[in-house]
Amino acid sequence: MNFLPLWRYQNQLIDGAIVTLELTVISALAGLLIGIAGAVALKGRITPLRWLVRGYIELFRNTPSLIQIFIVFFVLPNFGLKLPAFEAAAVALSLYFGAYSVEIIRAGLDSIPRSQVEAGQCLGLSGWQVFRHIILPPALRNAYPAVTSQFVLLLLGTSLASQVAADELFHVAGFIESRTYRSFEVYAVICAVYFAMAMSFKALFAIVGLAAFRWPRRR
Amino acid sequence: MALVEIRDVHKTFGKVEVLKGVSLDVEEGEIVTIIGRSGSGKSTLLRCINALESVDSGEIRVEGQTVHARMPDLKKFRQRVGIVFQAFNLFPHLKVERNITLAPLLTGRIDKAKARALAADVLTRVGLADKIDAWPEQLSGGQQQRVAIARCLAMAPHLMLFDEVTSALDPELVGEVLKVMEAMAKQGMTMILVTHEMGFARNVANRIVFMHQGRVWEQGPPAKLFANPETPELASFIASAK
Amino acid sequence: MRSFSLIDFVSLFAALRWTVALVVLALAFGAPLALGLALGRISRFAGLRWAMAACIQVIQSVPLLGLLFFFYFGMPVFLGIQVPALIAVTVAYTLYTAAFLGEIWRGGLEAVKQAQWEAGACLGLSAWQQFRHIIAPQALRMSLPPTVGFLVQLIKGTSLASILGFVELARAGQVVSAATFQPLLTYALVAAIYFALCLPLTLWSRSLEARLDGSR
Repeated sequence: MNFLPLWRYQNQLIDGAIVTLELTVISALAGLLIGIAGAVALKGRITPLRWLVRGYIELFRNTPSLIQIFIVFFVLPNFGLKLPAFEAAAVALSLYFGAYSVEIIRAGLDSIPRSQVEAGQCLGLSGWQVFRHIILPPALRNAYPAVTSQFVLLLLGTSLASQVAADELFHVAGFIESRTYRSFEVYAVICAVYFAMAMSFKALFAIVGLAAFRWPRRR
Repeated sequence: MALVEIRDVHKTFGKVEVLKGVSLDVEEGEIVTIIGRSGSGKSTLLRCINALESVDSGEIRVEGQTVHARMPDLKKFRQRVGIVFQAFNLFPHLKVERNITLAPLLTGRIDKAKARALAADVLTRVGLADKIDAWPEQLSGGQQQRVAIARCLAMAPHLMLFDEVTSALDPELVGEVLKVMEAMAKQGMTMILVTHEMGFARNVANRIVFMHQGRVWEQGPPAKLFANPETPELASFIASAK
Repeated sequence: MRSFSLIDFVSLFAALRWTVALVVLALAFGAPLALGLALGRISRFAGLRWAMAACIQVIQSVPLLGLLFFFYFGMPVFLGIQVPALIAVTVAYTLYTAAFLGEIWRGGLEAVKQAQWEAGACLGLSAWQQFRHIIAPQALRMSLPPTVGFLVQLIKGTSLASILGFVELARAGQVVSAATFQPLLTYALVAAIYFALCLPLTLWSRSLEARLDGSR
């Protein structure tokens, strides 16, 4: 075992980690937007739209993320939509994350009892005011653990983008491996970097959660 | 003109007709207590007065204005009619002060500078001035219900509705809530209550309304109603409530 | 280049064997390990609880793809001999399964109230008897929906074995796609097969969950 030959590739590793973070954050934000829109559509009265969202959720939750990335990268060009690797991976991962987000956000909104809404209405608040001040904060708190753990899974899942040669961390691993032939050492280091990133996010989310949700839990 | 006029109100949930032609007037300053078995329609009637439910037929007018879920000034109307629920329904993520000042601030009733003073004032009226910075979950059930009452008072309502506000409380906490309501009654607030507290109904109310099977079965001053019920249904209800 | 033919269709379905085999292997080795992890997580000994929590935390904080590569290249380093790729891959999927199922089952065990253990103890049952007859059945009922949910995650996860050269479903798709230049048809078919495998499980998991909510 010899890790020394890897030392000169630290800049590539850092660059790869940055691309991984970009891919994660972009996909998470886009996925959350999809999740919010989907949750609103599921709550809405337009039946065909609800079916569409349900179909989308099932389709993306019941097929491997890897295949989804392949389809966006290899199949969409047949329809004239040729995306570079990073963009293709971001689109696929956003859709994947979005499918989970819809359910998480909907569950968060559903966790707020009807009586809270009524209490707000009875004080003369508008529909938007009730949503913004009475439903949203506790719903966010209830959805927070699921969203953040899904975010960490997304961070780890971005490694699949290496299979269409997006320049993220795992792809960098392959590059270093091809230069050094130190396969085991490379992937040990790569795993450690993912581990460090995942743990950092978990710690960050825990702190943010404590700061943002300070009211005592229902006994 | 009475403050609240209820004319031949019908309300059906699914196949169950809960209200079968209810008529009732409540004058300004009156304390009206609605009693009756569960399922007699009393809570539904209360929710109709606040447009939480819409009536199927008949009419409810408050201060001359017809009430229903699509009335033009629903939000303004609800600011004038306070309702306190069985389950308190405080907002768990807001401190007591913010629970009270949220609606007055958002509806533009007061400005930020006066908010805390308003909260302190209404909390004093329910005897909880020292809890202004507490979270709802840190309070006992009785205290939470008093904060819920204070939250309504902050809107300076013309009419207060109480929907079994002591039913969810431990017996030893009922008294403190009733005391607050009694004080409000003495200050001339118009109140309609649904309650199982016969002692309160007897001592504080001006009028008892006995509802049975979706109708106003019998009504009158408490002394008369409790001493000489005219219908066997009321007599058996009073006997079972003791 | 040749057109997409019956033989491609057959090769995709034949590849299902490996998908199923990997799932079965992962469960066969991972489930007992998961039970050990779950029990360790609720043990009386703080040291054991911490150690198990750390194991789970590490595995869950590394990409599955990383685990696969780590053991694929690491097994020879650890053991000093070449091992078949299947063994390395099985080790990775086993640990992956153990960590996720262990955490799910711990949640189930913890959801059973402490009073249930005490009630068992009052009846004079041994610790194992309490677990076997009182705690486990209740915990199992509660953790069944997420367990089935994880099965879906595992089936989808086996697609990563393609990257190490296993000709399971996803890899067969790549091969067929490359041979026929019909990526649309091939990947749509591959996705459809995964979908057909996973959707019933997802629906089952959801109905189990609904039943659990209803009985609560």
